Amino acid sequence: MNSTIAMMTFRSMLGRKRALLLLGLPLIMLVLAVVLRATGNNDLDVSSDILQQFGLATLLPLLALIAGTGVIGPEIDDGQIMYVLTKPIPREVIVLTKLVVAIILVTAFAVVPTLLAGLVLIGTTTGVTPAFTVGVLVGGVAYSAVFVALGVASRNAATIGLLYALVWESLLGRFAPGAKSASIQQWSLSVTDALTDASPVVSTVRLAVAISLLVVVTLVATFLATFRLRTLTVASAD
Amino acid sequence: MSTSTIHDIGYRHYDGRRNGRAYVIRSLYVHNLRAAFGLGRPVRAKIMPFVLAALMLLPAAGSVAAFAFTKQEDALIPYAAYANLMQVIVAIFLATQAPVLASREVRFHVVPLYFSRPVGHLDFVLAKGAAMATALLALLAVPVTVLYVGGLVAKAPDSSQQLLDYLGGLVGCVLYALVLAAIGMVVAAFTPRRGFGVAAVIAAYMVPTAVATAVQGIAEAQTNFTLQGWMGLLAPFNLVDIVQVRLLGAETSSPGIAPGVTGGLVALALCAVIVLGSIAVLYRRFRKAGLS
Repeated sequence: MNSTIAMMTFRSMLGRKRALLLLGLPLIMLVLAVVLRATGNNDLDVSSDILQQFGLATLLPLLALIAGTGVIGPEIDDGQIMYVLTKPIPREVIVLTKLVVAIILVTAFAVVPTLLAGLVLIGTTTGVTPAFTVGVLVGGVAYSAVFVALGVASRNAATIGLLYALVWESLLGRFAPGAKSASIQQWSLSVTDALTDASPVVSTVRLAVAISLLVVVTLVATFLATFRLRTLTVASAD
Repeated sequence: MSTSTIHDIGYRHYDGRRNGRAYVIRSLYVHNLRAAFGLGRPVRAKIMPFVLAALMLLPAAGSVAAFAFTKQEDALIPYAAYANLMQVIVAIFLATQAPVLASREVRFHVVPLYFSRPVGHLDFVLAKGAAMATALLALLAVPVTVLYVGGLVAKAPDSSQQLLDYLGGLVGCVLYALVLAAIGMVVAAFTPRRGFGVAAVIAAYMVPTAVATAVQGIAEAQTNFTLQGWMGLLAPFNLVDIVQVRLLGAETSSPGIAPGVTGGLVALALCAVIVLGSIAVLYRRFRKAGLS
């Protein structure tokens, strides 16, 4: 960890109007939760459906994509990363710092709102809210690591990330069961499923497999990001 | 146009023929349309648009092939449902390419360079918007045309009905292209930072769609189909599908369709508001962009 890099990254992510985008997305989920509660549509089925469809499947990948590619992608694109790379700071420290910042951002803007939305909707009944909070958190760590690695590896990081999150996980997951078990979303859901006995939450991946895959993916992505940053070629912006 | 300037240091003025406004708009339009597919740019910029365009074509080709072999009529995807079925790919294309058109000049503060030449503010915005809409139209209409031509070649029954459906589907594609381009360009114009534009545009598609789907699901469970239909106005693809179903006589492919011709007219009005509002917002945005 390097506190200066962390501060710079925070400032670039939250500066000016950008924080509004990050804040706006979870706010919509909270408003939806409040409206649903006010109109009495907050039984267990609806609540866990909202937490899963909105928190885990929409908000989490979106914010992890913004945070994960945002902490490092723009710097590489406009060449500012050179000012960091030419300092005597090990590359793994840079990658780890960026990753930690991304995880903190995801926690602040996806995990906490999921917790709040869950509390507004059903409180702590049958442990659905804490379960989803933990699920979104572990998913957030894995997503952040993958998207930081993508941000280092490719200029089209955002698009590739979207193709993965939307096409592979959501679209193919619906038709091809194989794609379903190879998705961070399903692994997080498996963790969530293990933590709550609420019936609407069902996952297709076994817990042990899910946890080990989450750990492996996070580690491999972090390692790849470090490795790729060692041999980075800085070209001009498009 | 006034020919006198503050610093008239005696050079000869140009008094030849000027190509005029139409030429300006056409040049900007062609340039932006090429940029939307990465033409005239390095290979890196071409990969994504063409990969996404190929992904759009895959189901159409598969559907035609399936129909040719099985001769089952429901193997052919309905023309009007195609955009809705592939909405994720269309949204990703919009998210990737709208920032290329709308935020690159803002990011590098070069918009004033355009306006230091005889380029009108409105012309600039119209050319950009039209280019994005045309790119989306190409993305949507080519697979639909493949479906239609494939159906003709494989001798789908009832060819006059097919032609009507196909033309209706094309009108729907135009509407999809206009509405999506309007949304994407506005969002991208306000997020010049690289990567953020992509995320912001996809968020502008995903979040309303997720809200609409969630509320529609609840409304359906309570058999409140009126609310379910009207909530469709929130999600961009569902909005256009309401127009398609209610005014163009297409089969529905969305979770909720607003009732009656009124629903269709309201949806159409909303589409018009989105497109015109987008032009107004972009006009204000680009007039000031890059001056600070």
